[in-house]
Amino acid sequence: MIDILRRRYLYFAISLVVILPGLILLAINGLPLSIDFTGGSLLEVQFESGKTLQSADLLPLYANAGIDDAQVQTTESGTLQIRSSFLTNETRDVILNEMRAQSGGEVTVIRFDSVGPNIGAQVTSRAAVAVAVAALGVATYIALVFRRVPNAFRYGVCAIIAMVHDVAVVFSVAGIGALLFDWQIDALFLTALLTVIGFSVQDKVVVFDRIRENTNLLRRLEYEKLVNHSIVQTLQRSINTQLMTVEFLLLALALFGGVTLQEFAVILLVGLFSGTYSSIFIAAPILVLWEKREWKNWFRRGTATA
Amino acid sequence: MIRNLYTRLVLILIIAALAIWVDTSDEIQFRNPIDDTIIFSRNVAPRLGLDLQGGLQVLLEADLPEGSDVDSDAMDTARTIVENRTNALGVSENLIQLAGERRIVGEFPGAEDADAILDIIQQTGLLEFVDTGDFRPDEGTLLQTDFAVGSSNETSPTATPAATPADSSTPTPAAETPPAEETPPATVYHTIMTGGELRSINVGLDDTGQPAIDFTLSPEGTTIFANHTAANIGKILAITLDKRVISAPGIQGAIPTGQGQISGSFTAESANELAVQLRYGSLPIPLKVVETRIIGPTLGEDSLQKSLVAGVIGMTIVILFMVIYYRLPGIVATLAILCYAVIAFAVFKWFHVTLTLPGIAGFLLSTGAALDANILIFERLKEELRNGRNLNQAVEQGWTRAWPSIWESNLATFFTSAILFLFGSAYGATIVKGFSVTLIFGVAISVLTAIFVTRSLLALALQLFRPTNHERWFGI
Repeated sequence: MIDILRRRYLYFAISLVVILPGLILLAINGLPLSIDFTGGSLLEVQFESGKTLQSADLLPLYANAGIDDAQVQTTESGTLQIRSSFLTNETRDVILNEMRAQSGGEVTVIRFDSVGPNIGAQVTSRAAVAVAVAALGVATYIALVFRRVPNAFRYGVCAIIAMVHDVAVVFSVAGIGALLFDWQIDALFLTALLTVIGFSVQDKVVVFDRIRENTNLLRRLEYEKLVNHSIVQTLQRSINTQLMTVEFLLLALALFGGVTLQEFAVILLVGLFSGTYSSIFIAAPILVLWEKREWKNWFRRGTATA
Repeated sequence: MIRNLYTRLVLILIIAALAIWVDTSDEIQFRNPIDDTIIFSRNVAPRLGLDLQGGLQVLLEADLPEGSDVDSDAMDTARTIVENRTNALGVSENLIQLAGERRIVGEFPGAEDADAILDIIQQTGLLEFVDTGDFRPDEGTLLQTDFAVGSSNETSPTATPAATPADSSTPTPAAETPPAEETPPATVYHTIMTGGELRSINVGLDDTGQPAIDFTLSPEGTTIFANHTAANIGKILAITLDKRVISAPGIQGAIPTGQGQISGSFTAESANELAVQLRYGSLPIPLKVVETRIIGPTLGEDSLQKSLVAGVIGMTIVILFMVIYYRLPGIVATLAILCYAVIAFAVFKWFHVTLTLPGIAGFLLSTGAALDANILIFERLKEELRNGRNLNQAVEQGWTRAWPSIWESNLATFFTSAILFLFGSAYGATIVKGFSVTLIFGVAISVLTAIFVTRSLLALALQLFRPTNHERWFGI
């Protein structure tokens, strides 16, 4: 039987390589929070063909209305996105009318989001609380389900660590995406994050469940072998559920799902993969590491990293 | 055993048929076959969120100082008024909900004229009959009156001290001040009566054939109106909405009947809007817009179309994979997943779950869970077959052993989504809520289909085909 757990420190290293660059980017550039969280407004408009106004025309328009922080961006589909601080509906009407007057054609509003600054801050804190409470609930649940297994508490903690790992991977992807494709952390990102967390937990339970079953069947087996055995037994299922089915659905969404959904689908794609990966390569190895109390050897040269 | 199996199969078919019925109709009705009366009826038209069909979402907040207590009854009344006003505009499927203590969230799917809705929500709709003596104000002039009201969305920080009111009993200078850019008339006029005395309001035509508003007054209002008009013939009686003059007719004679007409420069539409406003009264709490989201119909339609296409392509690949890899069980799983999708969609429609992009994500996740349940069972089944058990034992064992994993993993997801749902509802975080609702339903349905459909169909398939060549039928 393949010995998956032997190279556990390699997996930790791989995860760090994936997680760190994105997180460092985020640390340097700051979280690319969208107006959903920071407050502000986004106006996406479509001009009649040939009558598109340029950034240089639009900025004075905003400035006249008392908004001096507008930023204009052209999208792939030829529309213009203008981000600025919070716009009231009256100000928006003034600006739109000016746009119509200046371009001499119809101006269609594709999308208009305007979020007051206080609202944004509240959404952020409440979303964070929701995620934290959900995480705690999950840890308690896992500890309860595995209460007959020795050290049930460890399973809950390992599930949480793996979940934090998956969340970090998702943020790392967001950080890289922000640099390369101007991605933003918005409401849909939050949804993707919740999905990843849900899936991650579900996957841990399946793998842990096999360990529990084997604990009863194979009492005399050494813990590391037992965990390894369980992983190998569930490997086919992990690959099939994960790669063959869920990822196909998401890949289709990423390829055909339209602009709004692309960022969402890619984040889910990576996040859900991480959810399966972390069951096998993070949560299970940490269980073993904990059982063997390997941290005692970490600072002794050349013993641990076998 | 076999009879039991067929009972189950019939049950599954009935449920699937019912689900398909709900999926394909907009309304479910049962009629009494004898007299053709409707016994039961439920609207099951699909509800699409704003992100999928375009529309307007607006978050209103009580415009009161931060930290001050907001009367929850008043908020509830404000919510009802907003609902009545917008419904009267003829926008369908509005959803106006309280979100937390001081906010109201309004959703108007498919709304094309966002401005009209925003206008009607924000207008406080205070109608006053103002005695301006001999002064005939122009239409649109802001008048200061002596009627006290807390509901004005045009608050200005400085309160101009009122000039000596003519015959005022309760002078209240604050909150009456018009915006700074308008030069306020120096006089505070006396309000003889407000829109509160109006009993019926209709749109009619005036003498010149222009749209106008006909009204009837309450008995008390009739008395006030009769006395005032009798004593002030030849004077001007201005009619103002939120302190702005809509019409300033002269009093030609006493009006004892309590019936009258407001004529201004109305179009049929603006007369109708005003009538709506007057009918549904003024807001007990001033509201301000703190968040607006307008999604153009094209963007929403684009998202919906593309997600549907993507969903179909994705599902096709998944089904192909399942059938090729798992053979006979794969076909069973495909049927089970289709059953799951059909039932889930019917449940969403039945319970009026609004489908949004986050909602679709939740559905996607639960579809993953449904697939996972099948894969868990089949992997176990193959394992048992490899260990040399016979087919019946393997099927039985595969099920018994996979069950704890399916149950516990789905329960974990169920709890997670329940927590998210509670948070989403309590704080009006619509994304979190939309996601968790479809996930809760989806996970529940996926476990049920795993128990009933996959298991029964697999047993049935084995009964029918009695496969002996495991390699060919199970892909081992």
